[in-house]
Amino acid sequence: MNNPCNALPEALRPREGESLVFDAPAAQVDRPTHYCPGCHHGIAHRLVAEVLDELDATDRAVLVASVGCSAFSYDYFAVDALEAQHGRACAVATGVRRANPDSVVFTYQGDGDMAAIGLAESVHAANRGELITAIFINNTVYGMTGGQTAPTTLIGQITTTSPAGRRLRGEGGPLRMTELMAGLDGVAYAERCALDSVRHVRAAKKALRNAFEVQIRGLGFGFVELLSGCPTNWHMTPQAANRRIAEEMIPVFPLGTAKNLLDK
Amino acid sequence: MSRIVFLEDRCKGCRLCIDACPAGVIRPSGRFNHQGYEVMTSGEGCTGCASCAVMCPDTAIRVFRTARTAEGGRA
Repeated sequence: MNNPCNALPEALRPREGESLVFDAPAAQVDRPTHYCPGCHHGIAHRLVAEVLDELDATDRAVLVASVGCSAFSYDYFAVDALEAQHGRACAVATGVRRANPDSVVFTYQGDGDMAAIGLAESVHAANRGELITAIFINNTVYGMTGGQTAPTTLIGQITTTSPAGRRLRGEGGPLRMTELMAGLDGVAYAERCALDSVRHVRAAKKALRNAFEVQIRGLGFGFVELLSGCPTNWHMTPQAANRRIAEEMIPVFPLGTAKNLLDK
Repeated sequence: MSRIVFLEDRCKGCRLCIDACPAGVIRPSGRFNHQGYEVMTSGEGCTGCASCAVMCPDTAIRVFRTARTAEGGRA
């Protein structure tokens, strides 16, 4: 499927003997994003769009957007979309999917949205085995509002609301959403990936594909957590943010598939 | 030889492509786009692996791969 918005100008067409091996997916709208330089939302958006194209699901996909930096994610996907109240994307997606059984419904939520204010709605939608796919961006801070402590903030991490570093006693430890989701009977697929390296990004795309496949095959709730960088609120360069994911986040949030009912 | 093309108006100068390139052919260009971000440029030696494009948060890179020649190298 070719999206005319993504058509390349003449100068970008392959020359003789060449083939275009990387292009923007048709499900991604061809416009600059509002995200900060080095923000991993852009990578996550592109991966989701690529998977929708590959599954031939773009025409029947519905995005339920969240609140946070990803509030405007509906501007970047060439699919129908709704904007949910803060944290309630999985509840809204439940209604969309039940009313339109042929649709492919996904939510795109950050950690402040899904793991904090929307935890109840997300967990219960997953426990009911709603046929939706939830994409969960974990960057250990509230991004849009200025880098406050999120449920996923690491112990000792300094944020604007934990200036001395997050403490286990009093503020709690980082919430591991993938393990939480994998423990629910309604969840058919749960995996944690990271977006800090080429290898991890390629693995994340496979996980996203599986999380959509369990929905399309009617197996249950699909969940993918993506460990992402927030260079702005971490006060570091995009390169240092990638190193932080590898050195500080992955040891606390281990990567891998926590649940997979696809092969059973 | 394979090549990459930067959509310079999309680049935000994050330089993640520089780290991703296994051939080390990407470098800052010294030029700035209309948003004020320094855009990247690439030299000789691209293998068309698309690692830079995979890591680009702004889908600002297109990759053109040249087929291998009979001698085993790239044309």
